[in-house]
Amino acid sequence: MAKQTVTMKVNGVNYERDIEPRMLLSDFIRHELSLTGTHVGCEHGVCGTCTVLIEGAAVRSCLCLAVQADELSVETVESLGKVGALHPLQQAFWEKHGLQCGFCTSGMLMSLTELLRANPKPDRQAIVDAIGGNLCRCAGYQNILAAADRAVELLHAQKEVA
Amino acid sequence: MKPSAFDYERPADKDAALKSLASYGGRAKVLAGGQSLLAMLNLRLVSTERLIDVGRLNELRYIRAAGSELRIGALTTHNAVLASSEVGTHCPIMTEAYREVSHHSIRNRGTIGGSLCHNDPAAEMPLVMQLLGASLVASSTRGERVIAADQFFRGYFSTALGEDELLTEIRIPIPPKGHGWSFLEISQRKGDFALVAAAAMLTLDKGVCRNVRLGFRNVGETTSRIKAVEVLIEDRAPDTHLFSSAAKAAMDLVQPPSDIHADADYRRDLVKVLAERVLAKAAERAASAK
Repeated sequence: MAKQTVTMKVNGVNYERDIEPRMLLSDFIRHELSLTGTHVGCEHGVCGTCTVLIEGAAVRSCLCLAVQADELSVETVESLGKVGALHPLQQAFWEKHGLQCGFCTSGMLMSLTELLRANPKPDRQAIVDAIGGNLCRCAGYQNILAAADRAVELLHAQKEVA
Repeated sequence: MKPSAFDYERPADKDAALKSLASYGGRAKVLAGGQSLLAMLNLRLVSTERLIDVGRLNELRYIRAAGSELRIGALTTHNAVLASSEVGTHCPIMTEAYREVSHHSIRNRGTIGGSLCHNDPAAEMPLVMQLLGASLVASSTRGERVIAADQFFRGYFSTALGEDELLTEIRIPIPPKGHGWSFLEISQRKGDFALVAAAAMLTLDKGVCRNVRLGFRNVGETTSRIKAVEVLIEDRAPDTHLFSSAAKAAMDLVQPPSDIHADADYRRDLVKVLAERVLAKAAERAASAK
């Protein structure tokens, strides 16, 4: 079936590609753009591993066609930080052992990124509601909740210094 | 686990979408939020020649109180409805039901219109719309028709929407101030599909229950309001004994499915338990609203 031209801003960089309309956003990010930090777990929307942000809102990238993100701005886990310059969320997950295999982690981080931008001091229920759709089979979930709490502290401290 | 190939178009406005539907009719599927459709396409439970993406038709995203009605554009996302103070004030049963709908990231994309048109037997909103006596506006190049909720929802995954029609608006008569309501759902984990969901609405007038509405979800092909049980409560004073017999009557009237999550007997038991709870809660809320 006819290919479509799609343009997208991903982590601040503009891309243009010709793709089949059936290509999922998760596959576009991983295969077209080589951004493999976004993981694919179930591919039918129940695990949350593939969570990214579209226009700042958490979305399961396996339940989104790349063409649906045409002209929109997407953020993946690669936008948060890197080794040596971790985002406070990543720092908190490291400190609190919020990950073991790391497969669910990018999805957890993106869900929490949306939450913490909207609500810098979330209570336990707000955190649970934000990551309730992200499954973890290794570390989940107490250390992940502790990591979220620690991230709130770190972000607050960062703001105080600024 | 990838969809089979299809053509794709994204009409610029509602009229263009209706023209496309008129041309392609049953050979195309409408894509709104895609939170149900894409999962089915990915699993290859569904395949289609063409997707008509209406997801950018922002003219169909709105919530407005219009006189005695609440009008919601079909493309309004679940989270927008959940967060709406107008919905919370005028139609609190919708807000309560929305807390059970899936997960946050799904609600960011999924739309109320999409859920209603998909009519998954475990979906919450079709039940709520029937209890509220809502109307669904179906648009096509032939014009517009307004379909009452109890006519709109048919069997599993089936509605009265024609092949060339697009659901554009949901119209909800605003329930009277001081009404009581309750929505409850049992699922294995929060956010999972409901094993059984129950909902009730009523008002209290001079100490008796009036305008009683009671319904369930995932208890058989034509799940909706159970009028045969509503009449048992209508014009009677609320009490636990009455609600208990009504719950037993509801249990006897449903024919729930058995599946790997729950068998029919367990679902019947849930109907009885949830019926008592939603009726009691609705009566309590109506009483405390006075």
